[in-house]
Amino acid sequence: MKRFLGFVKKEFLHIFRDYRTMIIIFVIPAAEILLFGYVVSTDLKNAQIAFLDLSRDEMTQKISDKLCSSGFFRRSEDLLSYNDIDRELRKNKIKAVIVFEENFGRKLIGEGKAVMSIIADGSEPNMASLVTNYATAIAADFNRELLQSSVTGNILVLPEVRMFYNPSLKGHFMFVPGVITIIMTLVCALMTSITITREKEFGTMEVLLVSPLKPIQIIVGKVVPYFMLSIIDAIIILVLSRFVFGLPVKGSLILLFAELMLYILMSLSIGIMISTVSKTMQQAIFMALVGMLLPTILLSGFIFPLENMPKGYDWVAAIFPPRYFIVVIKNIMIKGTGFMYVWKETLILMFFTAASIWLSMRNFKVRLQ
Amino acid sequence: MTRNTVILVKNLVKKFGNFTANDNLSFEVYEGEIFGFLGANGAGKTTTIRILSGLSEPTSGEVTVAGFNAKKQPEKIKKNIGYMCQKFSLYEDLTAKENIMLYGGIYGMSKALIKERTDVLLDKLNFREYGDRLISSLPLGLKQKLAFSVAVFHEPRIVFLDEPTGGVDPITRRQFWEMIYETAANGITVFVTTHYMDEAEYCDRVSIMSEGRIVALDTPAELKRQYNASSVEEVFVKIARPPSLSSLRSEQALKGGLNLV
Repeated sequence: MKRFLGFVKKEFLHIFRDYRTMIIIFVIPAAEILLFGYVVSTDLKNAQIAFLDLSRDEMTQKISDKLCSSGFFRRSEDLLSYNDIDRELRKNKIKAVIVFEENFGRKLIGEGKAVMSIIADGSEPNMASLVTNYATAIAADFNRELLQSSVTGNILVLPEVRMFYNPSLKGHFMFVPGVITIIMTLVCALMTSITITREKEFGTMEVLLVSPLKPIQIIVGKVVPYFMLSIIDAIIILVLSRFVFGLPVKGSLILLFAELMLYILMSLSIGIMISTVSKTMQQAIFMALVGMLLPTILLSGFIFPLENMPKGYDWVAAIFPPRYFIVVIKNIMIKGTGFMYVWKETLILMFFTAASIWLSMRNFKVRLQ
Repeated sequence: MTRNTVILVKNLVKKFGNFTANDNLSFEVYEGEIFGFLGANGAGKTTTIRILSGLSEPTSGEVTVAGFNAKKQPEKIKKNIGYMCQKFSLYEDLTAKENIMLYGGIYGMSKALIKERTDVLLDKLNFREYGDRLISSLPLGLKQKLAFSVAVFHEPRIVFLDEPTGGVDPITRRQFWEMIYETAANGITVFVTTHYMDEAEYCDRVSIMSEGRIVALDTPAELKRQYNASSVEEVFVKIARPPSLSSLRSEQALKGGLNLV
């Protein structure tokens, strides 16, 4: 045990003496949470839209006023013909064009329906879906108003876009689980695979293996510091999101930390697995980045909704564990649900942990013979 | 002359698939001697050293190191040996003292003992002012000497040196061998592989490996007499055939496969 503790201490020294490691562990988590919280917001605020009003009647006036007074949209210069749409969108200033067909008001009252087209800039898929969702919601609201006023007279219905679980639609609420997942993946999988392959590359691993330390002690000794630091990271992120963005953890803290530890354990074993198959640090970095970090960012539902993925991609996403963890912590943090709602994902994460431990042991034995 | 045997190898065979890296080796190493282990690249030296140090298991044959069976008691062997490999094996981002503390601790030495021996060692190497400097700031010669001192710091019975002087200047090489002599004089057996034939002359006994077999084993003087040569280098050139391509390839595969963990 004393041998082991000395070894763990040495690993801490490695971390504290390398400023790059320190930056990754302590600066990046804080920076990311602030960055995502403040800058990369998915809120819709003052998005520029333009109108192509081919009808120019009372109704279209009402709807466009309603859209622009909602605070989500800002009115850009009106367009005069369909030909303008392409040109204006290409300028990248406006996010969408709202088109009212000819005789909009008359059709609406006479036939009971009229077409309002929302043409959004698809080169920004997220923005496009936000804009169309909001505009559709406001239009639906307008319909309701119209319906009610025609029966009972002047009843003012306030526009109301309601979302479950995130009522004020604050984007950074959704980002906190994503950032936690990214940081855990980064620190655990990437850093452990680097630190183990570094020993191999520098030749110190051989000396350690010849020493009375058992291989399992070497591995555990190398990952213990990262386990502890990841937990500290998670606390930093949770404290920041609580006190800077006012996002409390709704569910049980104990459950949250239990799940965190499971995910950390899983990332660590994946890191170890990566180091058993890579000979150099570059290989390890490459595998950890491409195999773990990219899927975490792209395929976890963190930035790009899983529901919007083309068929096939969701199957690819299914084999990367981060997406399950994001579900777990979203549920616990934002919805405040208990274990009953996350046991399936927990089980999957346990499976990934067991599988990567098993694979590392197997690789390890093959190499040792 | 009765000398204690510390390494006993009988009919050692190590196979990797179809390739035989060590083909029926038998030799003894005596306590306190400097045993040179020569051979061209791919001759099977590294494989043998790995088996002797408990890193790898023999396919068949009997191997006893420091009185323990390599197959059954590798953990006991590990406690009784020191090891220094081709690559530099100290941690660059730790100080000299921290490196010593780490390795001493790994070998189960008490803190007091480590401190005491560290002082003695630093004095002996004229190293006192470097004790708290990071290894990365030291010149290569000093590092190499320190690495050797760390390998024998826990006073093992045998120390394995796998090409310890690669890339070191002649003066440091000289000083390094003085340290090796001193170590052997203190009763620690030195098992050393090298490419430098002049170093082979310094050894008490030399074995030459070729294609997985030991083709010669004796004192440098006796070898030179037998092969009518003026230096060990000449002996080596006469009897060590260059390795075949297939064995080189296997050695390569072996090195890859043995990158542990």
